[in-house]
Amino acid sequence: MIRSTHLPLIITLATFVLAFALCGYAYPSMLSTRVVANLLTDNAFLGIAAVGMTFVILSGGIDLSIGSVIAFTGVFLAVILRETSIHPLMAFALVLVITTAFGGAMGALIHYLEMPPFIVTLAGMFLARGAAYVLSTESVPITHEFYDVLQDLYWKAPSGGRFRLIGGVMVLTFLVGIIVAHRTRFGQNVYALGGGQQAARLMGVPLASTTIGIYAISGGLAGLSGIVFSLYTSAGYSLATVGVELDAIAAVVIGGTLLTGGYGFVAGTFFGILIMGLIQTYIVFDGTLSSWWTKIVIGGLLFAFILLQKGLTWATQARQRTVTGSAAPS
Amino acid sequence: MTDDIRPVLHAQGISKFFPGTIALDDVELRLYPGEVHALLGENGAGKSTLIKCLTGAYQRDGGTITLDGQEVNPQSTAASQKLGIGTVYQEVNLLPNLTVAENLFLGRQPVRYGIVSRRKMNASARATLSGYGLDIDPAEPLSAYSVAIQQVVAIARAVEMSGKVLILDEPTASLDRDEVQLLFSVIRQLKARGLAIVFITHFLDQVFDISDRATVLRNGRVVGTRLLQDVTPKDVVTLMLGRQLEARVQERKTGAVGKTLIEIQNLSKRGMIEPFSLELHEGEVVGLAGLLGSGRTETANLIFGVVQADGGKIKLRGQDITINRPRDAVAHRFALCPEDRKTEGIVGDLSVRDNIILALQARQGWMRPIPRAKINEIAESYVRALDIRLASLDMPIRLLSGGNQQKALLARWLATNPEFLILDEPTRGIDVGAHAEIIALIEQLREDGMALLVASSELEELVAYSTRVVVLRDRRQVSELTGDQITPDNIVRAIADEAAATVETA
Amino acid sequence: MLMPGPKSSVLSRITPQLIILGVALLLNVIVLPDFFHIDFRNGRMFGNLIDVLNRGAPVALLAIGMTLVIATRGIDLSVGAVMAISGAVAASMVVDGHGWGTALLAALATGGLCGMWNGVLVAVLRIQPIVATLVLMVAGRGIAQLITEGKILTFMNEGLIHLGAGTIAGVPTPILIWIVLGVLMMLAVRRTALGMLIESIGINERSSRLAGINSRVLLICVYLVSGFCAALAGVIVAADIKGADANNAGLWLELDAILAVVIGGNSLLGGRFSILASLIGALIIQSVNSVILLSGLPPEFNLVIKALLILAILVIQSPRISYLLYMLRATEPRQDPGQSKPKEEAAQ
Repeated sequence: MIRSTHLPLIITLATFVLAFALCGYAYPSMLSTRVVANLLTDNAFLGIAAVGMTFVILSGGIDLSIGSVIAFTGVFLAVILRETSIHPLMAFALVLVITTAFGGAMGALIHYLEMPPFIVTLAGMFLARGAAYVLSTESVPITHEFYDVLQDLYWKAPSGGRFRLIGGVMVLTFLVGIIVAHRTRFGQNVYALGGGQQAARLMGVPLASTTIGIYAISGGLAGLSGIVFSLYTSAGYSLATVGVELDAIAAVVIGGTLLTGGYGFVAGTFFGILIMGLIQTYIVFDGTLSSWWTKIVIGGLLFAFILLQKGLTWATQARQRTVTGSAAPS
Repeated sequence: MTDDIRPVLHAQGISKFFPGTIALDDVELRLYPGEVHALLGENGAGKSTLIKCLTGAYQRDGGTITLDGQEVNPQSTAASQKLGIGTVYQEVNLLPNLTVAENLFLGRQPVRYGIVSRRKMNASARATLSGYGLDIDPAEPLSAYSVAIQQVVAIARAVEMSGKVLILDEPTASLDRDEVQLLFSVIRQLKARGLAIVFITHFLDQVFDISDRATVLRNGRVVGTRLLQDVTPKDVVTLMLGRQLEARVQERKTGAVGKTLIEIQNLSKRGMIEPFSLELHEGEVVGLAGLLGSGRTETANLIFGVVQADGGKIKLRGQDITINRPRDAVAHRFALCPEDRKTEGIVGDLSVRDNIILALQARQGWMRPIPRAKINEIAESYVRALDIRLASLDMPIRLLSGGNQQKALLARWLATNPEFLILDEPTRGIDVGAHAEIIALIEQLREDGMALLVASSELEELVAYSTRVVVLRDRRQVSELTGDQITPDNIVRAIADEAAATVETA
Repeated sequence: MLMPGPKSSVLSRITPQLIILGVALLLNVIVLPDFFHIDFRNGRMFGNLIDVLNRGAPVALLAIGMTLVIATRGIDLSVGAVMAISGAVAASMVVDGHGWGTALLAALATGGLCGMWNGVLVAVLRIQPIVATLVLMVAGRGIAQLITEGKILTFMNEGLIHLGAGTIAGVPTPILIWIVLGVLMMLAVRRTALGMLIESIGINERSSRLAGINSRVLLICVYLVSGFCAALAGVIVAADIKGADANNAGLWLELDAILAVVIGGNSLLGGRFSILASLIGALIIQSVNSVILLSGLPPEFNLVIKALLILAILVIQSPRISYLLYMLRATEPRQDPGQSKPKEEAAQ
């Protein structure tokens, strides 16, 4: 059943279908499983991080630290695998604990100090990036047979596309994210927080644990994204993934989530990621267009979706105002 | 209610102190099952404080609360909810972005293995709501429905979670007539189910419509509990506003009314105020009377352009003028001291000096700064003239007391040398001394030839300075009193909708 | 008795910043004893202190605009991208054979236009500042690259290079530019009513509008100024390296600018502001950079130290802590008559 809140999601889907159709029309070879498989593989780390960002934005916050956390994770893994002999799986577990705790600590600062999330996570961004630098300023290659094993895991579609492990991890993250957001009490509390802190508190939502949980998820998923990124590049580099937080925010917004929180869908973010990936792929296929068009088109899309959301908000408010007759600031 | 039924909730000797004020003083409230109990009183009488003490939002400083014979001591709204006291506030405290069902079940969703069963939740939400006469799709977001329906959903949530006592804090403030009836039918059902319901409202007709008893608070004390079938609205208003309302013969100010300054013709805004007409002359104070929610503030805001009117016009000295925003009003030498000093009046962190010259400077534009010496001269002259007590003109205005803040705001507008001054509750929340000074100031401004429109809930005050009084009820102009008609008694009658006809024909 | 001297209040306002700056400079001296030594060679001043002032120019310029934006309870995330755009505009103009004056004007106009775009989104469409300026932050670098066609656009125009690498009377031009602009802006906001009106909007926009302030136009102006300052910073950075690098020019400088404003003691929640304090904040950041550089510590520590700085400020500025401090201060005896009865209006 289609409802008014689904409208942004529908527009996102329509945008995606339209974009895909356009790509297919211009370059029929883009309609191959290979392109689809690459789309998933190339955007796996961004997609995973964007799931965390979706939770944060749904709750009305923002997390600027994820790009740095991804880089930190990569460097941490590379250094620890070079310096010690622990198994990568152990290292993965360790780094996930660290990044989750890091996110949770930022959530605690936001809640208890009552400071705007963007400035707290800005500090987190500097801290994580700085920690990565301190570990190593050079790109550290990862050469571990377990990495080779993981990188060689793929499912080859009949028509030639290779669906790799990391793409699968992203899809799985999205599935879990969808269930947590829409089918658990925690997920409902996230939406409640985004709908209005005051009302949420009066309705008995545990603000502290929810806020901390949200940023812990974002930090943890940024860690997972870092693991995936290290599998993707076989290296850890402290200067990597600069600005990924912006891409993630853009994907969330293009996915139809309201930047002020409260409305949106994790599934929408998935299509946001795919749309951004398509733009990139199209530009690669075209060959004459320069890569900077990606940023401009994404910026334009971002703007269009922000305007769309503003319009929808206005429409609802106007409807409410005629009922209540309250004075809204012009 | 008879004494042989035990009250479901009995609050005795409730006291609450705030720095400098006694908010509640030895208040008693008995609620019986199956009754609707109105809690009445003007703003600041202590209604909200009492409610907050009952629901655990505030910790009381004295007294006991017994619920079903057990003494209770809720520490938070959540705790009182568990005990059985549910509350619904004026601003619907639900989440517009969640669905109706999610709002009903937030925090207690049906889960299995941690997974919320949406189907089950929607089905039981539908069943619950149909018990309230609502046949709506609970999977739609709450914002898709009207405020009245949201209000019923809020009530349903409160009742489902609590189920003994339901407190409705001004639930009808933003509802239209039909919606109020919808809400009332729900309240009657709950009453039949045996709930004790506390009903707070400023609409007297609604009190008489739905309530069985009323407890009236004034200045933090209970001034009476009445069975409503035994009393008239006038009795209740008299209790609420207190004071001896025998018409004290005031020295009426007559004559001396100057030329017509402003004509307001059928100014209106849908849902806020019905078409409103008024003529104001120089050297005249027009009082705006009515209970809270009757449209006093809305009228003031509409004239000043805070809210854009959707009908009617304003003439200044016979010329049509357009006022779309406060800036336009200021340009025509209008001024407005708003009701809500804190959020609409003062600029808290700015100095008293800056606050005083703010409107004048805004009218001059930033390019023509008022010279520092001139600023000090203006500020100091008003500090002296209005006797604003402060340590220094440089201190942030938020540190001043309420009365001094109000005087500084008056100074802000007087500095612009206005022809037409609107005062919305100029004496609310200020101490006695400042109170008298502000009234004297109003008198003096009138004598100087200014036109004033003063909205106030203090009847004696209105009687003291008004040359005419316009009475509002239910967002409508219901009568206008002039000359000797201006007595507290007549105003109360007009507010209570009694003998309105005789006043109008007089 | 109602006339306290304004001089002393300015000084006491910036005292904490001066102390921090003093400590930072002291650390520099400890690391490098002749930190303050200034050489005069080939008609130009040299020295580490001069370097701090010179290298701090972009952040100082950004901080001027950012201070005003933050005073209105806003934020401008796009300044880094605007720097890239205006640097690209200036470079492409001189490469196309225009004079440096024209190029500078074009760059400034572009910056102003970008600021205006932000301002309209914030003031007219009522989009929250962080969201509104994000659009340009994301798209801006793409636009800059469009102008430079993806290359680092190098140029040899003496006039333009002079703005970033030249000297006037021996003083590096960037230093003069930020000091002059800073002084002009301070005069502009304090010698007119602009500063007070901006603060008023930031503290309570509703009250301000009711008092007749044209908040919409003021908001647009503030973002316009921020865009203008960013453009100037962009031109200086481009001139310094004799090329426009769309990818790296001004990268993350928006964060440094915000940091400078916050170190300057300006509240992120808007209201009272001090451009002077923000400029000192910018110098503090640059001095810290300098200590790390001079001490031979790996520059990696820079970010960690910045993070710790933010955290410290967060704790000090947080509403809870300031409430605690307020309560502490309130218990001290004081003798102002207006304060004798802090009227609690919670009675209703």
